[in-house]
Amino acid sequence: MLKELTKLEMKKTREGFGHALVELGEKDERIVVLAADVTDSVNAGFFARRFPERFIQMGIAEQNMAAVATGLSLIGKIPFYSTYSVFSTCRCMDQIRISICYSNANVKVCGAHGGISVGPDGATHQAMEDIAMMRSLPNMKVIVPCDYWQSKRATMAAAYIDGPVFLRFGREAVPTLTDESTPFEFGKGVVLHDGGDAAIIACGVMVYEALVASEVLGKQGIDCRVINLHTIKPIDRELIIRTARECGAIVTAEEHQVYGGMGSAVAEVLVSHVPVPQEFVAVMDRFGQSGQPDELLRAFGLKSEDIVVAVKRVLKRK
Amino acid sequence: MNPFNYSAEQLQAAALDVRRDIITMLVEAKSGHTGGPLSCTDFATALSFRILNHKPSEPHWADRDFLFYSIGHVTPVNYSLLAECGYFPLKDLMTFRKLNSRLQGHPHRLDTPGIEVSSGSLGQGLSIACGVAKGSSIDKHPRRVFCVMGDGELQEGSCWEAIMFAGHYHLDKLGVIIDYNKRQIDGEVPKIMDIAPLADKWQAFNWHVLEIDGHDIQQILAAYDEMLHYQGKPTVIIAHTTMGKGVSFMEGKSEWHGKPPTMEQGEQALQELGTTYDEWSSRLLAG
Repeated sequence: MLKELTKLEMKKTREGFGHALVELGEKDERIVVLAADVTDSVNAGFFARRFPERFIQMGIAEQNMAAVATGLSLIGKIPFYSTYSVFSTCRCMDQIRISICYSNANVKVCGAHGGISVGPDGATHQAMEDIAMMRSLPNMKVIVPCDYWQSKRATMAAAYIDGPVFLRFGREAVPTLTDESTPFEFGKGVVLHDGGDAAIIACGVMVYEALVASEVLGKQGIDCRVINLHTIKPIDRELIIRTARECGAIVTAEEHQVYGGMGSAVAEVLVSHVPVPQEFVAVMDRFGQSGQPDELLRAFGLKSEDIVVAVKRVLKRK
Repeated sequence: MNPFNYSAEQLQAAALDVRRDIITMLVEAKSGHTGGPLSCTDFATALSFRILNHKPSEPHWADRDFLFYSIGHVTPVNYSLLAECGYFPLKDLMTFRKLNSRLQGHPHRLDTPGIEVSSGSLGQGLSIACGVAKGSSIDKHPRRVFCVMGDGELQEGSCWEAIMFAGHYHLDKLGVIIDYNKRQIDGEVPKIMDIAPLADKWQAFNWHVLEIDGHDIQQILAAYDEMLHYQGKPTVIIAHTTMGKGVSFMEGKSEWHGKPPTMEQGEQALQELGTTYDEWSSRLLAG
């Protein structure tokens, strides 16, 4: 399987987002897209060129963008607003909290350039707190797709999930693990590889790293289950509880701060129901820096090797 | 079409009732904002009872005009007008700010009929109004969008993002009324953080600007008439008002921004407004 994993087609998640917007726009007049100057960077440009009358250029004004999107939702539009995730979340957190979430407005908050793999732009542009912030808000739903096709499917699904949804994409091309026919079920984690010694729960680009790790571990006689937890809120409680009971040890892997992210969300389920040992592969309470995406993943301990070490560590505590 | 279409005299009588509601509900709640609601009362009453195209029996009527109070803290005037228009019973006003009331301290869309969006954090309402206006222009829908803003609120930078947006996109179905009472919690607006010259700033952002005495019903109606007919730019009405208007000991005093009258102060205020607490609270409780 390792050989197969290295042969996967490389595609960008943000392109899946952009292509989904066009498909949505074609079948549903209510879809409107907003962007704040980085239209092509986030691939909202596909929609902007196809449906210029339903694309709203906001200029560099993210607070206004979040609240304008709220207004659009009040008259029945389905607005997707998009920029880099640091700006679509942190920059306008209060608008998201009050105007969008407290009103349960039907706004889709879209963040490209999530995680450290953004690369040379450095810490300012690497969103690593966005999952924590978004999942803390009542009414908000949080989805972190793992590849191009899942991004496309998740975007299509988000249009018809009532209320606010946060979608997080990456900047770089990543291995394509799913295909056009893979279903996307909101709120349901996906078991990609079965195993009973331990489980790796991952999201986003870390799903691929988790699969590589499980293959390496398999050769060493350690049989790891791998789960793609694309929906972080609402969390798939039932799957996590069942996995904890069957595997007895969990490693979570995400391109996000260790505090408050997907790993924390999993831990909240575990401590309340099946308190098995858990290890966290995440960014350890520090800002990112410039570098090539793969160098950064390595420097910040987010590669498959780091997951392998974490699995061995958690097995000692099992 | 406004379902009430009150005359100037009827609007003045309705505004007096609204001021009585405001004082009575604040005395009962023992908490809340007094000064701003009283300074907004005259132009806000005219909006609800003469200008706004709405159906109180059908709050989500698709063809309605939208009205946003970007200054969420003026809930007493907002709720009073909704109740007086018939969105919910008058007696609900006596539950304002209490546990499990549908009338939260700051407005919550999901709790209260007629509240279009939750607010209370300043500097967001105009952006939301812009979203409705822009979306309506995409649909070529003729609806009007109104937004009441505070003067202190204009210190929030996000307001200017929205002002720039509306000017850029020529949202001429959008109208703003600024409650320019020149007072905020910490004192006088020019001393805290001056926002003047207001008319020049809005003009520079490509808005049509009107300035009026915000307590003169003839000037209010004339300004709304011009707002409704002006094409090519959004219109802002800078309404010069007096914080605490209508109650002698509150007028022009910053200390009345964020506190309610005591029972004794409330009685005095209601006396000036031609009623008593017993009389007016009984009217509300019966409604």
